[in-house]
Parts: sequence; structure tokens; C-alpha cells
Amino acid sequence: MGKISNEELLQNLVDKFGDKISQLGDPYGLLTIETTREELISVLSYLKTEQQFIHLTDITAIHYPELAKPFGVIYHIHSLAKGIRIRVKVFLAADDVHIPTAVELWDGANWMERETYDFFGVIFDGHPDLRRILNVDDMTVFPMRREFPLEDPNRIDKKDYFFGR
Amino acid sequence: MHNHLLITDNDPQSELSTLNLGPTHPATHGVFQNVLQLDGERIVSGVSTIGYIHRAFEKIAEHRPFYQITPLTDRLNYCSSPINNMGWHMTVEKMLGIEMPKRVDYMRVIVMELARIADHIVCNGVLGVDTGAFTGFLYMMQWREHIYEIYEEICGSRLTTNIGRIGGFERNFNQIAFDKIRKLLTDFPPVLREFEALFNRNRIFVDRTKDVAPVTAETALSYSWSGPILRATGVDYDVRAQEPYSSYQDFDFEVPVGTNGDVYNRFLVRNEEMWQSLRMIEQALDKISKEDPNIFHAPVPEFYLPPKEEVYNNMEALIYHFKIVMGEIDTPTTEVYHAVEGANGELGFYLVNDGGRSPYRLHFRRPSFINYQMYAPMSRGMVLSDAIINMSSLNVIAGELDA
Repeated sequence: MGKISNEELLQNLVDKFGDKISQLGDPYGLLTIETTREELISVLSYLKTEQQFIHLTDITAIHYPELAKPFGVIYHIHSLAKGIRIRVKVFLAADDVHIPTAVELWDGANWMERETYDFFGVIFDGHPDLRRILNVDDMTVFPMRREFPLEDPNRIDKKDYFFGR
Repeated sequence: MHNHLLITDNDPQSELSTLNLGPTHPATHGVFQNVLQLDGERIVSGVSTIGYIHRAFEKIAEHRPFYQITPLTDRLNYCSSPINNMGWHMTVEKMLGIEMPKRVDYMRVIVMELARIADHIVCNGVLGVDTGAFTGFLYMMQWREHIYEIYEEICGSRLTTNIGRIGGFERNFNQIAFDKIRKLLTDFPPVLREFEALFNRNRIFVDRTKDVAPVTAETALSYSWSGPILRATGVDYDVRAQEPYSSYQDFDFEVPVGTNGDVYNRFLVRNEEMWQSLRMIEQALDKISKEDPNIFHAPVPEFYLPPKEEVYNNMEALIYHFKIVMGEIDTPTTEVYHAVEGANGELGFYLVNDGGRSPYRLHFRRPSFINYQMYAPMSRGMVLSDAIINMSSLNVIAGELDA
């Protein structure tokens, strides 16, 4: 179980999945790839079973309202044996924010996906218990989306006319 | 067909009773609610409810300049705030490509290891309290107080410390701080040794903790555990060893591991980590003595918030102060993930930057949140009193759980 470089890992992934994955660079040494939601589970299970990425570090999401596919779901996975991390991204359209769940691969994905659902409204198909986790159950919005304001926008007491912020 | 013959949970004839453990319960040391179905004293099933102190840190962080996010990180794991502070500073420095002077790295190691000791003191002390021994807790607690006094000398505050700045420390360690650290190194080991003598082979304590809530390495990894509780299952994953940050590669330390991941193993792992932390602090003091004693930040005026007296008396400092505070500093458009070994496990910061004044997106990988999700499944079949000490030994901190 030697170490593996980002290039080797990427080559392995490209050999296996071809154009189903694409590289988004490796900022600060962390290989970042993008895949489609159809291929996501096979990419993740390939990484877990054949490349020893056994530790799911984190699942989260990001919202770019101006993009055609505004919701990105981001997986950080870590191979403890090889000492390397990888970041997998999947982008989703605004009218179809569905993605398959990773709970079958990692039990720990359960709450991470619930948190992502809670804040971004990303629906993880096949999740056993997709409820809100940190916010109240009867909340109707997804507060980490960019259009949701931090505070009531009608407040004027905090307006900074001098600097316009 | 004959479902009506079964006794449902809500049926008055059902033998199961429902217990609301929390949200405020003296034995849970924080705001945790678990709705448990009990058959006598055994837990049949449980559902955790979290989020009682959710404060929307990730949303707030999108509206704040980088240096104002440090106080938010304080309030994640408030038992070891300095580790969170340092983790955040290092994330931003990694993004900006700032290289730290060695002395700053060693100062940070001292602060982080002090915080780790303080956190483990609380966790292991409270584990003693929950098994019926108050003495060890109080005996150890005075050393947490001592560590808080060291924080006071370094940064002026105690619990939510806000230690350091992006680019270094806001001020140098003074002589009193060094004296207090030295005092800790000489006077705390006998206390810790006595604490271990009190618990490690104590019949009552061992009976209460040994083979309680054992976890296999496989299960722990599947649940994304990290930190002392993962190491108690036998997995030697420690961010400090695997991906050294802040010059941890210069230090000689061991990563203690357990065998079966039960409460007793977690207790032993944390105790041993305190010894290793003391070793590292001692080495850091030696290394610091060989460095230039006046260096306490990196020479990066465009990112390092200057001291107030310089802002008033020096034009460059005033300009940089203004630019930093108003967010006029150019930052790269990029994304970075940086992890530090928090007291409870891998504390990660995922920062997506668009070159603006505040992060485009900041996500905290909070070990307590991820470690705690196994609590309800693993409580199944346990007696209630074991579930209580299991929660203590997971050391879930409500602030970190709920963000």
C-alpha cells in the first residue's frame, strides 16, 4: 500500500470512467473531479473499494445562482492508507435537485446528507430518513441558498450609508 | 392481516416506556435530546434531536471578513477554542500562500496542545463524575483553570479566546505566560499520574466502563469517526501525524491507539494524549528558545491586522489596517480544505473564495456532529446508565454539534 500521486489517481479514474469524469484542477494539492449524478455512486464505490478511500470526510453543497446548474454537492473523501484526499463534485439543475444517496457506502453519510438537505434543499434519493436536522421541522426555506438573506432586508438600523454596505 | 393483534408502541398495553433524555438534563452536559424507547432499563431504540443551539455560523461567515470569522470558530468547540482559532488562521494562510516563521508554528503548537489538554481534562474528569467519582474531576479542573490563565496571558480572554491573527499572533508571549507554561509542565504531570492511579485500575470505574459501548474499527470508519474515539478502536489516524500542519513534523510524539473502542479505551487514549501533548509543549519550548524571540507573526502586512498603536502612529500600518478592515485586499479565487486535529477529531474548514471581502462559502467539518450520529444506533440494547457514560466519553460539545 504505497502512496499514490494525484496524477496516478486521476489516470486510474480516467481509465475506469473515461469522459464521465472531468478534472477541475488540484488546488493546494487536493485533486478535484467532477462527475455526473448518474455516475456518482459508481465513482464513489470505485474509490472506496478499489482505491481505499474508506473515510468519508465530509459532504456539503454550494449554491451558484448564476450557473445553469446552480447546486454543487461536494464530497471530500480520504484514503487513510494512502494518505491522500479527493474532492468529488456533482452539479445539479435548479428544477431537479436530486442526487443518489451515499448511505449504502458510508453510514456516516446519513447526517451529512440531512444537513445538506436542510440548508440547500438537495434531495438525496434513497436516503432512509431525509428530515431537517439543525433547523426547525416546519421551516419552509433552505437558508444557505444565496437568495435567502442573513437578516430581515427591511431593517434600516444597520444600514451603512457611508460605505454602502 | 392480523396486525390488530400486535401491540403497537402507542398501545396502553405496551410494555415500552418513552423517556425524553434531554434537552436539558444534568447528565448530558449540554443541549442534547434523545427520545428513548425503554424496555425496563434497556434501550430499545432512540432518536436524537439536535440543533437546539444552531447559530447559522456558515451563513454569518458569508457576510464577514476573514478576520471576523475567528470569533465564530471560538464558539464551535468552546472547550478547546484555540485549536479552532488556529485551524481557521491556517486555512486562510494556506489559501493566501503565507509561510509562517518557525517560531509562530511552535507557539501555535503550544497553544493547541494546551487546548487539547484542557479539553481532555474536562472529558475524562466528567467521565469520572458520571461513574460516581467527583474527586478526580475537581482535582483536574484546577489545571484547566491554570491553562485558562495561560490563555489570559497570551490573548486576554479565557473561554472564547480569539487567540492569534491571520498571519501570526497579535502579541508575543510574555514572560508570565512562559513561566505559567513551565509551571504546568512541572506540576501537572504528578496530578495526571495521580488521576490515572485513581481511575485506571479502580474496580468500580473499570466495571462501569470496560466493554461498555465497544465499537469496531470498521464501524467507526463507516461512521466517519475521527479523533480519540476513532483511535480507541485501533485506527492510528491522527491529522497531526498524517498531514502535519504548523510544523508538527518537527515534533517527536506518539499516536496512542486502543483496541476495542469501548469507553475505557477512549478514557485511556485521552489520558495518553495528554502525556503526548505535554511532551510536545516541552519540545516546543526548547525549539522556541533557539528562535529569534521577537518574531510572533509573519512579515505579511497586507494580511496581518497591525497592532493599534502602530495604526495610530505609522502611515503604512494605517493603510493596511483600513484595507484589511474594509476588505480591499486581493485574495485568490480558489477553494481550500484544511484539517486540524481538534480535541474531538478532524476539524476541517472548507473555504470557497471568490476574491471578495468574505468567503463565498465556508463549511466547517465538525467532528462532534459527525461522531454523534452513531450515538442513537449504538445505544440500542444498552442500559440507560451505560448510555449516559457513553455520551460522556464521546465528548460531544453542543456548540460544535449545532454550529
